[in-house]
Amino acid sequence: MQKIYPNAAEALDGLLFDGMFIAAGGFGLCGIPELLLDAIKDAGTKDLTFASNNAGVDDFGIGILLQTRQVKKMISSYVGENAEFMRQYLSGELELEFNPQGTLAERMRAGGCGIPGFYTKTGVGTVIADGKEHKDFNGETYILEEGIFADLAIVKAWKADETGNLIFRKTARNFNPPAAMCGKTCVVEVEEIVAKGELDPDHIHLPGIYVHRIIQGAHEKRIEQRTTRKREDA
Amino acid sequence: MPWDRNQMAERAAQELEDGMYVNLGIGIPTLVANYVGDKDITLQSENGMLGMGPFPYEGEEDPDLINAGKQTITELNRTAYFDSATSFGMIRGGKIAAAILGAMEVAENGDLANWMIPGKLVKGMGGAMDLVAGVGRVIVVMDHTNKHGDSKLLKECTLPLTGKGVVDRIITNLGVLDVVEGGLKIVETAEGVTEEELRTATQATIV
Repeated sequence: MQKIYPNAAEALDGLLFDGMFIAAGGFGLCGIPELLLDAIKDAGTKDLTFASNNAGVDDFGIGILLQTRQVKKMISSYVGENAEFMRQYLSGELELEFNPQGTLAERMRAGGCGIPGFYTKTGVGTVIADGKEHKDFNGETYILEEGIFADLAIVKAWKADETGNLIFRKTARNFNPPAAMCGKTCVVEVEEIVAKGELDPDHIHLPGIYVHRIIQGAHEKRIEQRTTRKREDA
Repeated sequence: MPWDRNQMAERAAQELEDGMYVNLGIGIPTLVANYVGDKDITLQSENGMLGMGPFPYEGEEDPDLINAGKQTITELNRTAYFDSATSFGMIRGGKIAAAILGAMEVAENGDLANWMIPGKLVKGMGGAMDLVAGVGRVIVVMDHTNKHGDSKLLKECTLPLTGKGVVDRIITNLGVLDVVEGGLKIVETAEGVTEEELRTATQATIV
């Protein structure tokens, strides 16, 4: 089966439709599927719901789809870095569902594992628990959270082999594996596609069974908060 | 004299024991790393890293290597990377010994509010709700009063909660207090701060 596509637009061909639910990897601007987001912008698909930890910044990441009003709803844990997001949210143009970060990650992982719901202590006694089933286990109270089953997952990895086995790099792994797992279809963008046999099978982070389409491309990989120390501090 | 930011961080570092895996929040908690001394402490960054190192030298920033505050950082020879579900699995699973966090309000029953102010811009809770629900011990480091001089240690939180009954110890510029049955218990006061001064600055019940 051929998983490699020439570019992002062709890799998304036939997968996009208005009103769809997309799970996206990335934390802040680190490890985001920037090429696929650009292609979704160009495709003009509307009324999108995104499960993504963050919403990018105004001109990068999911932010570019906010500018074009393609996003109807965000499911995120933190959206602080995006002025256009806040404007649309406060004016009621954009729906927002806050999920605690670990709950969002586990909802994706669970969905990908065929688990429609799980109980967690996170958020008990807060607004997050409002309207959710509560259940006690061993004297402690937990709330029911639901697995995420997305129409499409868009993910960024470092390397893929031709069969879709993936390796991520450093903290750019973040939400990418759970996002990949919860999509009916998963499209991955990588910095390098290598031949079968070139990745050590013991070092695969996400097996190719979760990956349906792959593209290779040049990434901007923008840094959100450049922080350094001076040499003399050493 | 009340403690300054660095003295609060230094005091908080005394809470950490050799061999602990710890998550530090943004602000004063980040400074705690400067005071761990010879203790073998492994810092977790909830975006998927154990063994967080210092900021990189200029020119050595790596866009693939950031902390939970999205700042560029470095790795150590003990570092391990993992995905977000695994990261919060170790948090929710109680594997992280302690989290040191900032707060807007703490109540005498251990309720914590540090993620939203109604009517103001809400950015989200990030990983804070997961951390306070999951880690072994929650230590809050914050100023004792807000900029109007009002106590941040309250009988009941007025702001939306991050977690209910989750705080174990509070380190402020005036001293150290534990959450116990019936209220807060003074553990120590900052050098030159009297117990009376601390009590006067505290709305919460002190037992």
